[in-house]
Amino acid sequence: MVFKGAEMVIESLRKEKVDTIFAYPGGAVIPIFDVLFDADDINVVLTRHEQAAVHAADAYARTTGKTGVCIVTSGPGATNTVTGLATANFDSVPLVCISGQVPRNMIGNDAFQEADTVGITRPVTKHNYIVTKRENLGKTLREAFHIASTGRPGPVVVDIPKDILYQPLEETYPEDVNLQGYTSPGKGHAGQLKRAVTAVNDAKKPLFFAGGGINVGDSSKIFRNIIEKTGIPVVTSLMGIGALETKNPLNLGMIGMHGTYAANLAVSECDLLFGIGVRFDDRVTMNLEKFAPLAKIIHLDIDPSAIARNVPVEIPIVGDAKIVLEELYPLLDKKDRPAWHKTIKEWKDEAICINAYEGFNAKEDDSSYLMPYQVISTVNRTFPDAIVTTEVGQNQMWTALFWNFKEPRTLITSGGLGTMGYGFPAAIGAAIACKDRRVVAIAGDGSFQMNLQELATAVKCRLPIVIVILNNGYLGMVRQWQQMFNGGRYSSTHLNDRIKADKEDKVSPDGSPDFVKLADAYGAEGCRVRSKSELEDALKKAAALTDVPIIIDCLIEPEANVWPMVSPGAGLDEMVFCIEKEEE
Amino acid sequence: MNHVISLLVENNAGVLARISGLLSGRGYNVESFSSGPTLDPDITRITLVCRGDDTIIDQIKKQLNRLIEVIKVSDLTNKHTIDRQFALLKLLVQPGNRGEIIQLAEVFAAKVMDVGSDTMILELTGSEKKIEDLVQLLDGNIVEIARSGLVSIERGRKHAAVSQK
Repeated sequence: MVFKGAEMVIESLRKEKVDTIFAYPGGAVIPIFDVLFDADDINVVLTRHEQAAVHAADAYARTTGKTGVCIVTSGPGATNTVTGLATANFDSVPLVCISGQVPRNMIGNDAFQEADTVGITRPVTKHNYIVTKRENLGKTLREAFHIASTGRPGPVVVDIPKDILYQPLEETYPEDVNLQGYTSPGKGHAGQLKRAVTAVNDAKKPLFFAGGGINVGDSSKIFRNIIEKTGIPVVTSLMGIGALETKNPLNLGMIGMHGTYAANLAVSECDLLFGIGVRFDDRVTMNLEKFAPLAKIIHLDIDPSAIARNVPVEIPIVGDAKIVLEELYPLLDKKDRPAWHKTIKEWKDEAICINAYEGFNAKEDDSSYLMPYQVISTVNRTFPDAIVTTEVGQNQMWTALFWNFKEPRTLITSGGLGTMGYGFPAAIGAAIACKDRRVVAIAGDGSFQMNLQELATAVKCRLPIVIVILNNGYLGMVRQWQQMFNGGRYSSTHLNDRIKADKEDKVSPDGSPDFVKLADAYGAEGCRVRSKSELEDALKKAAALTDVPIIIDCLIEPEANVWPMVSPGAGLDEMVFCIEKEEE
Repeated sequence: MNHVISLLVENNAGVLARISGLLSGRGYNVESFSSGPTLDPDITRITLVCRGDDTIIDQIKKQLNRLIEVIKVSDLTNKHTIDRQFALLKLLVQPGNRGEIIQLAEVFAAKVMDVGSDTMILELTGSEKKIEDLVQLLDGNIVEIARSGLVSIERGRKHAAVSQK
């Protein structure tokens, strides 16, 4: 069949079974949008910013496991995707981003809306292409989808000059790819597997460290089977949340700078740490010298470069988590380790006492500000099966610590890059991907403002997203650091004078917007809540909504902090649980 | 310690930028970088000389391997190899010392490529040490140097054919 370049782009989407794309038009991609005009089988979600299009496509991919697709124009359209691409690249999200480019004869001439998209996006993508010949278009798109979705997934950019979009060619979309420099690991090395099995079976205090690779690699089922069989406790990274349900007694929670008491202690005490699909990132290990000092480390990852990068690894296994775990399952012993389980139970019990200290279990009738724990747990009770997206900072850590996750792919958060402004557009992508589930976007008043224009998209698409703003009037995580390490000098972290504003039920004019009015301006619902009972009323209202987003602006204790915290330079077992006040 | 890493890469536009971008973006130290065609016109060989401890060199190799267009990564360090560099040296000469310079050049098996009224260009191929030595000897006369990066090939029957990957 003869396809114009733009028609081949759409043909590629159909052949790759893409039914939803996130897109923003512009001069260089008009030919693609013209073909999309008649493509009734492809749902085009028009965001209000290209960055949001990438984040939404990213969350679409994270919730479904399918490859997310976005289409943007040349120049600023492409440069606006950079943050989104870097976010997806860090968290191994399969994404294909098609960008327009100026016609070939104008490339390099500083043409209107020209940018070296391939040059700019090279370090933040798994791979990228500029199509320089019409006959390479189909092949390139096929390769892009293959590379994005296989091995360690990641974003791939395909930059297409406008004149190629108009050029017709007799062409069939290729089925196979031939990339001699690209293979994706599958089974583990037999010798290493054998060593790993012996090490696990012999260990007295073994511990699994579950990372995002388990969720990305759809291996949570076999992983849970292994945990059930062996009774070995589990800690997770932020991205590994959902690999095992939060409520499982063997799940000690997240480790790291804001890891749980039990998880951080377990890493410091275990004699064997088996990391699966993790990077041993610096926010996880903290002081490397003090990380898992007693443990032999086994590391399973699909990416060889992730292994032995930060921590010395005794038994490296390169492979696909699902395949390798299935190989391991029959070989791992069921074994009683009563002393280890007793210690872990004690840590979990102690943690409950520590948590009570910081108001996690604040009084129900407390008339002062809401506490973050109250908000998260109350929202969780109303929407127990929701997909949760977060922004970055305190809101993210509180969600990771307090929400009860049941399944993989239900916490959608920017882990590696830590992108503020990710959560709300991500909620749009998740809501479009999972029409049958509620999506809760947990946000801070700072990060929500980084992509609040997407309220228009959410309203237009009739998505009943519940946006919960933990409004403390601060850029809370940086403020917490300033409180702890900079003598309370809140430099550029104070967003508004909410304390005064609250009493008058108004927001100071030089501060943040009135989020309730903002919701109203966009045609969304909105309410402001100060207490648990008000929050419950708002959630009742939210639960009844079916086709409109709602902002629940929660006025929380302005100086609430995330605890525990491991200070930079400290070991995981050196947690602090409160601001140390000087004696008066 | 310096490591010699030999790459076979797809001969695509932008592949050099991809490799040099990776090296600079991750803060790796590269002493020299040279690239040229192979028997297969679709494949380019790049020879890198990198500096770093074993962990860093291991990371460099792994990161290079992640690149889609990199077909093969071989570490030629401590292998039985032939290593060569190439240099062009422009010298200022006077009739009085021209003979002496030509004699020196002969000792080093350097070729005289150009002789002007008061200049001379020498071509020299050899190990890095050999080039450094001649440069040092002629230090007072040299006005310009053009040097290539190192290229290296393993002795014996073993060859880094793509099909071996």
